[in-house]
Amino acid sequence: MDMSLYRRRRAINFVTMTVSVLTTLFGLFWLAWLLVTLFSEGFQHINWAVFTESTPPPGSTGGLANAIYGSVLMTVVAVLIGTPVGVLAGTYLSEYGRHHSISGAIRFVNDILLSAPSIILGVFVFEVVVRQTGHFSGWAGALALALIVLPVVVRTTEDMMRLVPDSIREAAVALGTPRWRVIVQVIYRAARSGILTGVLLAVARISGETAPLLFTALNNQFWSSSLDKPMANLPVVIFQFAMSPYDDWQHLAWAGALLITLGVLLLNIIARVFLRPQERN
Amino acid sequence: MRQLPLSRSAATDTGDPTPWPDRIFSSFAHLSAGTVLLVLSAILISLIFGGWSAMSKFGFGFLTSDAWNPVTEDFGALVSIFGTLVTSAIAMLIGIPVSFGIALFITELCPAWLKRPIGTAIELLAAVPSIIYGMWGLFVFAPLFADHVQPWVSDNIGEWPIIGALFQGPPLGIGMFTAGLILSIMVIPFMTAVMRDIFEVVPTVLKESAYGMGMTTWEVTRRIVLPYTKVGVVGGIMLGLGRAMGETMAVTFVIGNANHINASLFMPGNTISSSIANQFTEAVEPMYTSSLIELGLILFLVSFVVLALSKLLLLRMTAGEGKIT
Repeated sequence: MDMSLYRRRRAINFVTMTVSVLTTLFGLFWLAWLLVTLFSEGFQHINWAVFTESTPPPGSTGGLANAIYGSVLMTVVAVLIGTPVGVLAGTYLSEYGRHHSISGAIRFVNDILLSAPSIILGVFVFEVVVRQTGHFSGWAGALALALIVLPVVVRTTEDMMRLVPDSIREAAVALGTPRWRVIVQVIYRAARSGILTGVLLAVARISGETAPLLFTALNNQFWSSSLDKPMANLPVVIFQFAMSPYDDWQHLAWAGALLITLGVLLLNIIARVFLRPQERN
Repeated sequence: MRQLPLSRSAATDTGDPTPWPDRIFSSFAHLSAGTVLLVLSAILISLIFGGWSAMSKFGFGFLTSDAWNPVTEDFGALVSIFGTLVTSAIAMLIGIPVSFGIALFITELCPAWLKRPIGTAIELLAAVPSIIYGMWGLFVFAPLFADHVQPWVSDNIGEWPIIGALFQGPPLGIGMFTAGLILSIMVIPFMTAVMRDIFEVVPTVLKESAYGMGMTTWEVTRRIVLPYTKVGVVGGIMLGLGRAMGETMAVTFVIGNANHINASLFMPGNTISSSIANQFTEAVEPMYTSSLIELGLILFLVSFVVLALSKLLLLRMTAGEGKIT
């Protein structure tokens, strides 16, 4: 046996496997660095005022209350618009048109929407809403976010409903149940945690989205609870404050960045815990 | 068979076959599914509509002109397209091998108990909002890079023929290279997830027989796993590329927003998405806005093609999987 060839093969294997471990460490290294930075820069600036006071003019202290409120409100509206449409579209793909040729097209388009550049959605909503109404508004921002929610919910709803075995559908139909009640009371119930996971992931995705809000919701220096006016929101405030030369603003930007990241990571982890029992089936 | 028309008419005779709540629910489902198609076509139409005046004024010259002058209203997309291509190329250059390595680690090397935590941690990289990458890149990474890495690289590699030109210039920290590097970190989780999933579908029998022949892990990967999954791997890479080209906020922070084409990767530039993000709200003149929207249209079309290609390749992968196993 040629021992030198054997040794060479072993050596090549050792090198490539070491590189593979190193690449994994490389990936984890950035995650760790990001989180450490966020905590060391952001944690010291989180205080009660961040949650109770509105965004300050340069040079004075304040908080992010109006931005947090705006973000939460627009997220809720976006989810309220995007979820029903998404769930129903997913229902169509799974229950009505599963093998219809148009379903293939819908899945295809949906997957493209899922990865489409989010700034394009901002430009689209600007054209369709902001330009027509003549002003930036919270509604426009919420609509742009809803367009991001939609494909996420469509995808997870279809996947989760298809996991429900056909025997359950047949059993329900055999009892004389109308089709809509089979879907609403049997299949939705069986797929509930999966669909909820999709919604949670969608919320996680839109809570940090900045690009679609830049020229739809714009920003608002003051407390405003009207969706009909430009609306403060965390991502755009962070963007403006981080790019500003003022220390106070930059500190608030770091505090906001930490808040958003913690929220998003928490949502992701909760969603994963929800999804777990489904994955095992 | 002859009974069929008869029984069908019998069914209609017994009364309404679908009760009204069923019809309402079903039409809502159909409408919602149609909405998905409608959204995509509406985006395309509105972008063409919004960019029309720029398109008719500049024609195809828009794609090859490097002008960007709001005062004289002379616009061209070349600098932004160049920036998008260069930053995405850097992201792919770093991202592809790293994603491959991580996917290999998770599927072949990682002990079972560690698979889930590591997989989740890598996926969390994708969950971190883009703007956080941007802030971190601008305030933490760029200064360190400018102080400790760039001077060394410029001094040593900057003198080399041909490649040297890529690494010259003042150590700014921000610029094309930094943007590309941060993009690579952002797309790694997407490419890793696709590669990991398709590596898992390689039949265990194939791998076990290769191991049984005395192949090393690397040889199994190189000669069994990769040939089996190559279509899917390319699909995953395309998905990453589509993501990288459209990524906005992280790039906007660190690209430097300069409308010049520069050979050096260390110099600031612009990408399509960062141009739109930076200038859209300050664009008052209709031609300025229209040019930015046309930029958006170009980005939309290019990423559409790349993402569609990715989807087709991945579909072919899953179709092939059914045939072989």
